[in-house]
Amino acid sequence: MSATQAALRGEVSIRRLSKAFTLNDRRLDVLKGLNLDIRSGECLVIVGASGSGKTTLLRILAGLESADAGEVDIDGRPVDGVGAERAVIFQEPRLLPWLTVLENVTFGLDIRGWPKGEAKAEARHYIELVGLADFADAYPRQLSGGMAQRVGIARALTVKPEILLLDEPLGALDAMTKIAMQQELSRIWREEKVTMILVTHDLEEAIYLADRVLVLPSNKAQPPRLIDVDLPRPRERSSADFVALREELLAEFGLH
Amino acid sequence: MTIQDVNASLALGADGVRSANAGAFGRKALQLIGDLATRFGVLIAFALLWEYGGRLGFLNSAVIPPLSDVIAALRDGLVSGPLKEDLGISLTRAGIAFGAATVIGIPLGLVMGQLPTAEKLIDPLLQLFRQTSALALYPVFILLLGLGETSKVFVIFWASLFPILLATIGGVQEVDGKLIEMARVYGARRLTIFRRVVLPGAVPQIFVGLRLSATTALLMLIAAEMIGANHGVGFQVMNAQYNFQIPLMFASIVLLALLGLAANYAILGLQRRLCRWNSAG
Repeated sequence: MSATQAALRGEVSIRRLSKAFTLNDRRLDVLKGLNLDIRSGECLVIVGASGSGKTTLLRILAGLESADAGEVDIDGRPVDGVGAERAVIFQEPRLLPWLTVLENVTFGLDIRGWPKGEAKAEARHYIELVGLADFADAYPRQLSGGMAQRVGIARALTVKPEILLLDEPLGALDAMTKIAMQQELSRIWREEKVTMILVTHDLEEAIYLADRVLVLPSNKAQPPRLIDVDLPRPRERSSADFVALREELLAEFGLH
Repeated sequence: MTIQDVNASLALGADGVRSANAGAFGRKALQLIGDLATRFGVLIAFALLWEYGGRLGFLNSAVIPPLSDVIAALRDGLVSGPLKEDLGISLTRAGIAFGAATVIGIPLGLVMGQLPTAEKLIDPLLQLFRQTSALALYPVFILLLGLGETSKVFVIFWASLFPILLATIGGVQEVDGKLIEMARVYGARRLTIFRRVVLPGAVPQIFVGLRLSATTALLMLIAAEMIGANHGVGFQVMNAQYNFQIPLMFASIVLLALLGLAANYAILGLQRRLCRWNSAG
């Protein structure tokens, strides 16, 4: 693999991307002419009020929805549907209840035709990475919400994506679990060196994880804003810079 | 607890442990008896009432013979009497019909559950057929298929087809679309999604349908045999009553009840084996 190809891994280019929905005969612009470049290995967090199009943008990147206009390129190739270089972590863990934790984590590899033994070994590695080694043979209904979500994360990591797309992955968790999982996500992102694109409505989570925060406005007449988060890692939630950035983001939403 | 008490119990040593074990064993045994009493107490009371009701004078033994007579008639009937042959015939009829309902109903339901348009088109007809009593259609089947085995098997098949078919359709439709989307994200194509997500997700509902169908098959079997047969357990209930062989009549009824229980537990056992994930505590 040449140096230029390596530099391209997990790079996203979004050009003039638009998407509208029709609701009660009214046309609703969700995304309007969005331009954005996401760097290889970056953690981009997308925030915005409900209806600002953040989940729609993520689903278009995942290939689960198509745009009305514009294009998305990943590593120079246009996106057409789902792709092996991307994995998605949803708000719900979406585990198959009839499979054990281990079988759930091998699911992605099974579908890609990996031999059973290799898939299992790979899955065990990631189950260990998310701290669930003792629960490999448990069924999803025996797990707590946070544990189930970690299984979902392990499943996504096994397929070695270049880009990890996360749609409010911690939105349904309690406050304590959420903070623990944010630390875990930060660690996994550093270790796996993937491009991470995460949608959230939690500004603290955004600042804790992001290299850059994309703020999608509800009013589509306004342009989206990109905010650099130049804080050293691991980040201290109570540090002056962290708090100042949080204030700045709140101001973006008209909250002071 | 004072320090002396602690010393005393420490001094008990091995003997103390042994008696504590014995105590635990006794408690377990008591609990087991309690569980059995809760589970079967009323059933046993019912059996005792049946057995001794006649002797104590509040049941007419000519109409309701004691349970022991019924059991004796059941044993004799199965060993050397007519029930052995009747049971074989009945099991064949119900088995063929239920088997055909399963073999046709499950695949048809799996396909229809995935084709919303086809399902929508056929659903009104299905609902109409389901609500039309199969027994009311039995004369039609007799006209079409004659008085022999075919019409009997067909009416049982017809009645037991709908529960399994509708349950399978429902089971497929109720599979979480979010799981299907998840599988798509990992690159699963239609057939893989069906095999790995839709089919296992529908299995619990399919089993509900199987149990309903088995119950329906036995119900229809009895009705069909009472109306137009000269063999079979259902026929024997009526025949024994005509001939005033009351213990044999009750023996046939008990046999039918046991058949229903056996079918239900067999399917339940299969379900437990296939759906361990659903009951894993």
